[in-house]
Amino acid sequence: MPQDKDHGQAIAPTQGSRIDAYVDRYAARATGMVASEIRALFSVASRPEVVSLAGGMPYVTALPLDVVGELVADLVARRGPVALQYGSGQGDPHLREQICDVMRLEGIEANADDVVVTVGSQQALDLITRIFIDPGDVVLAEGPSYVGALGTFSAYQANVIHIAMDSEGIVPESLAQTIYALKSAGNRIKFLYTIPTFQNPAGVTLNAARRQQVLEICQRADVLIVEDNPYGMLGFDGEPMRTLRADNAEGVVYLGSFSKTLAPGFRVGWALAPHAVREKLVLAMESAVLSHSSFTQLAVGQYLATQPWREQIKTFRELYRERRDTMLTSLEALMPAGVTWTRPAGGFFVWATLPEGLDSKALLPRAVSERVAFVPGTGFFADGGGARNMRLSYCYPEPDRIREGVRRLAGVIEQELRVRDTFGTGSSPDRIGVDTPGPDLA
Amino acid sequence: MSDLGHVLVLAGGLSYEREVSLRSGRRVSEVLRGAGISVETRDTDASLVPSVLADPPDAVFVTLHGGAGEDGAIRTVLELLSVPYVGAGPDACRVAYDKPTAKTVVRSFGLRTPESVTLPKETFHDLGASAVLARIVERLGLPLFVKPSRGGSALGASIVRNAEDLPAAMVGCFAYGDTALIERCIDGVEVAVSVVDLGNGPVALPPVEIVPDEGMYDYAARYTAGHTEFFAPARLSPEVSAACAEMAVTAHTALGLRDISRTDLIVDADGLPHFLEVNVAPGMTETSSLPMAVEAAGDDLGTLCRILLEQAAARGA
Repeated sequence: MPQDKDHGQAIAPTQGSRIDAYVDRYAARATGMVASEIRALFSVASRPEVVSLAGGMPYVTALPLDVVGELVADLVARRGPVALQYGSGQGDPHLREQICDVMRLEGIEANADDVVVTVGSQQALDLITRIFIDPGDVVLAEGPSYVGALGTFSAYQANVIHIAMDSEGIVPESLAQTIYALKSAGNRIKFLYTIPTFQNPAGVTLNAARRQQVLEICQRADVLIVEDNPYGMLGFDGEPMRTLRADNAEGVVYLGSFSKTLAPGFRVGWALAPHAVREKLVLAMESAVLSHSSFTQLAVGQYLATQPWREQIKTFRELYRERRDTMLTSLEALMPAGVTWTRPAGGFFVWATLPEGLDSKALLPRAVSERVAFVPGTGFFADGGGARNMRLSYCYPEPDRIREGVRRLAGVIEQELRVRDTFGTGSSPDRIGVDTPGPDLA
Repeated sequence: MSDLGHVLVLAGGLSYEREVSLRSGRRVSEVLRGAGISVETRDTDASLVPSVLADPPDAVFVTLHGGAGEDGAIRTVLELLSVPYVGAGPDACRVAYDKPTAKTVVRSFGLRTPESVTLPKETFHDLGASAVLARIVERLGLPLFVKPSRGGSALGASIVRNAEDLPAAMVGCFAYGDTALIERCIDGVEVAVSVVDLGNGPVALPPVEIVPDEGMYDYAARYTAGHTEFFAPARLSPEVSAACAEMAVTAHTALGLRDISRTDLIVDADGLPHFLEVNVAPGMTETSSLPMAVEAAGDDLGTLCRILLEQAAARGA
């Protein structure tokens, strides 16, 4: 051991070690895959002492878990040889029929032949990006947009251009102007990615009139729409909004998911696409994973066939409504002047905007010290925007924890305002990119 | 074979460096298992005290970085529980973890350390930041290195080359702590020297030279394999290398540290080392310099950890 050696005489290597033997061989798209102090902070946020307003995790505890357990056991007992076997690349035919029944609730008439079952709608996003995007192609997306989508677009080296949105969703004029400017400059716009209903992260919903405008603008400009609708059934007021796909079968690829209406652990989502696109999605699916898990597809199918799933969705809605209400009343009561936020009519998220000069990323370490976590806004932009924003989730914590979390966060913002007033500035964002929590928090 | 029956590795915690600590804990547990030791790895939470009381380990390896892991708190609790552990005691940790205090102590032992100013957030608020910052720039010059007075992994740290960037650097620093250490930034070779004491007094392991791809050895450069080039041993002359080793051993001794430490220093253009800070729970991850130094010395990390634990167990609580 050390005391027996004379280390001063050791010969220094002429070439250093980079720890990673493959450092010079990664694809260009791996460039941004680096350790991040923000992600490291989320490691603390996973501890129970921390009130996490960061996670977008559905409250699966509200499911009748005993019933789900019996259902799964019954599936193995009765249909084990099928459930544990490879399946078709397009997905279980019966489940695809059931998915069409689900989509009918949001105004979509579809043929099960045009549905591809995917590993969550996240895989559908990956497959769509894979078949449409060459490096440098333009994807339009709301600003802010879903972090998981931005990660996928980035992995395929798409050029993401954000479209302005307000409390009523995408601003149609911004969409039209951006398309015109991009096309005039010779850019190839491959599609518009949008979450029109209870958007992640902004919590806003595209109003009915704008839906028609967005459809018209994209149709006129020949821009495909990718409509991601994981939260559409989780509205707190009235019937589900009519989807974009309901009014345009050929110009919209629709993505759905059971992750929020049942449970994300099944990893069952789907894409509904025009026939030719669907053909390519199936081939892409087969090259990616051969086939989706037969087991979880059949389990979801059995759940839909035997359980009162519409009632369960109502249960989720009421639960999330109470939490949304708690978050909004807590924000109202506790936040310092100058902080504003959206008022979602469904879904999981509130999007807050901090006063001028504050940087939500710089605020996160102090928040974690005070045992509360959120997701800084920059993760939801591909261009470094969102420094003054934060996404606050109300889906997972119990109402009293939400109240406590907002109280702690308000205190942190008060402190940060004092720092801003002292130094007359916020800290500058150091890196543009997807700098957000892992999948259990996304 | 070792006499150690049951060893506890503490990892995780609630500091900003939790993720790094979990990685260090995994690595130490793995190498100890490889050395034939029965290891339990656990986080620090409300179940720690009852579980240690119910089944006291022969010794504890603390791989908690930042906060309670390095400020003496967890070691105080281990002493209350009469459990032996590897590393410095609480009093020494408290001094070493506070960078300005550590600098003062090592300076009194004749070590060179960059001129600096330490100020709490409140001072800037009460006296006006711009006037105070202007005086700091006037006194220390540019560039400056701004970092929280306590903490690690370069969290909240930044290099300031233009005076107009200093306020933003201060805000970034105060995100991670309430007191800032503002140092004159010395351009030179970044070197980490680990020190181990296996019973015959502290000995320096080969210095490790750190060359980050993008200039600053920040969080991404530290924990993304491939983003930093390490030379172990460092490309230093024998004389400079010996001076670095001497500085690390002196810092270890001056601060009253025990068993293991890592001193970060910078070697200027004239080959003179400058003390920056010392770590009482050095990183043990795949990209950390202490394991590299052990390897460069031709030693085995598992054996080293085992000997340190045996030593702690023999020393007792």
